[in-house]
Amino acid sequence: MSKLHITTTVNGDPAEFLCEADDSLLAALRGPLGLTGTKEGCGSGDCGACTVMLDGSMVCSCLVLAAEAQGRRVETVEGLAEGGALHPLQQRFLEHGALQCGFCTPGLLVAARALLERNPDPSEEEARYWLAGNLCRCTGYDKVIRAVLDAGRDLRQDHGEKVA
Amino acid sequence: MPPSPYSAPDNLGEALGLAAAPGARVLAGGTDLLIQTRAGRLAPTAMVDLKRIDRAMGIRPAGQGFVIGAATPCTALRDDAALVAAWPGVVEAASLIGSVQVRNRASLGGNLCNASPAADSVPALIAAGATAVVAGPGGEREVPVEAIPAGPGRTTLAPGELVIELRLPPRPPGGGDAYLRLTPRTEMDIAVVGVGAALVLDGSGRCTAARIALGAVAPTALLVEAAGAALVGTKLEEGAIAAMLAAIDAAISPIDDQRASAAYRRRIAGVLATRAVARAAARARGEQA
Repeated sequence: MSKLHITTTVNGDPAEFLCEADDSLLAALRGPLGLTGTKEGCGSGDCGACTVMLDGSMVCSCLVLAAEAQGRRVETVEGLAEGGALHPLQQRFLEHGALQCGFCTPGLLVAARALLERNPDPSEEEARYWLAGNLCRCTGYDKVIRAVLDAGRDLRQDHGEKVA
Repeated sequence: MPPSPYSAPDNLGEALGLAAAPGARVLAGGTDLLIQTRAGRLAPTAMVDLKRIDRAMGIRPAGQGFVIGAATPCTALRDDAALVAAWPGVVEAASLIGSVQVRNRASLGGNLCNASPAADSVPALIAAGATAVVAGPGGEREVPVEAIPAGPGRTTLAPGELVIELRLPPRPPGGGDAYLRLTPRTEMDIAVVGVGAALVLDGSGRCTAARIALGAVAPTALLVEAAGAALVGTKLEEGAIAAMLAAIDAAISPIDDQRASAAYRRRIAGVLATRAVARAAARARGEQA
């Protein structure tokens, strides 16, 4: 069987790749596209390590076929930092030490950014529910949640400055 | 060159042609189909993606009711204020499935056709009196949602048929619905028991119609008509609730598995049904619930 030729947009740039019909988007990102920031944890949609944005909504890339990305917009953890400047979420994760092994971190960052874009001032409870599909098996969630809430504060402040 | 085993047609006619191939499976959100395929439990010869077909996506008003494209992600339900106001029980059921990531893909059509007895949205849809629009080689037919599941992982769909839309009737005046489920954790878990309730109260608080449906207590989601009938004509007094519980107890056939014992499921089914009716009644009276 010949491979499928997929053209898509990844982190704002046009991208194309070849895949088998049953390849996951996760496999295409990590393989032909060379974007290994997105991790495979469970491969069954339970852990959230492979979270990416697809046309603006967060999904488990292990549960998306690579071929489904045709003509869509994909955003991965590699798109968070702008040039050399870390995203406030990345900066706050560092400051809080909100990780140990780091395997869940890319998925948590993508999911947390989706939360803050939708609601820049979430309560702790809202943040915990929103991130319920992102499992961390090392350190627990306390530092993660503190980092997310702090990053929300940073983003609100940035926005306030721009408006002012 | 053999046809691609993945296709994403933009019209229903083409999708039906592709879905008619032996062994083809219809792909909506993929949150069950892709997992089962990778695990080797299913071996589809082709996957026909419905998500580029307009009718399969989005929520549309239909008179005072609603048409929900079968592949519409669950999160879209919560974002539709009119649907939330009319059928909060259906929306809360769809909002309990998996994580945000999963709900951004998982759909009502997929939840129904995956035919898990524990599917959260199915009892809520049944209670609400929803129908499924089934498209196939012979045309389209509209059937009650409860007519689709046939057993764990099995449906009554004929080969080549697929569900393209779910339809919800208008919320009746004095109507209210609710869905409650029990899981050991609050998120990312599968129902031990789920109960959907929809009822109508007249101005004096007397129940004029009621539908009670349960999940995870039988091989399919179960409409217990006798449970609803026990409430009709009453003001939901203790005796009426007791009669409803007796009807539920007689109708269900729960099993022991890793999530719960049959005896526990039986007990919880009654607890949840009582609470779901109370919640639906509060909504019927216009209270926040």
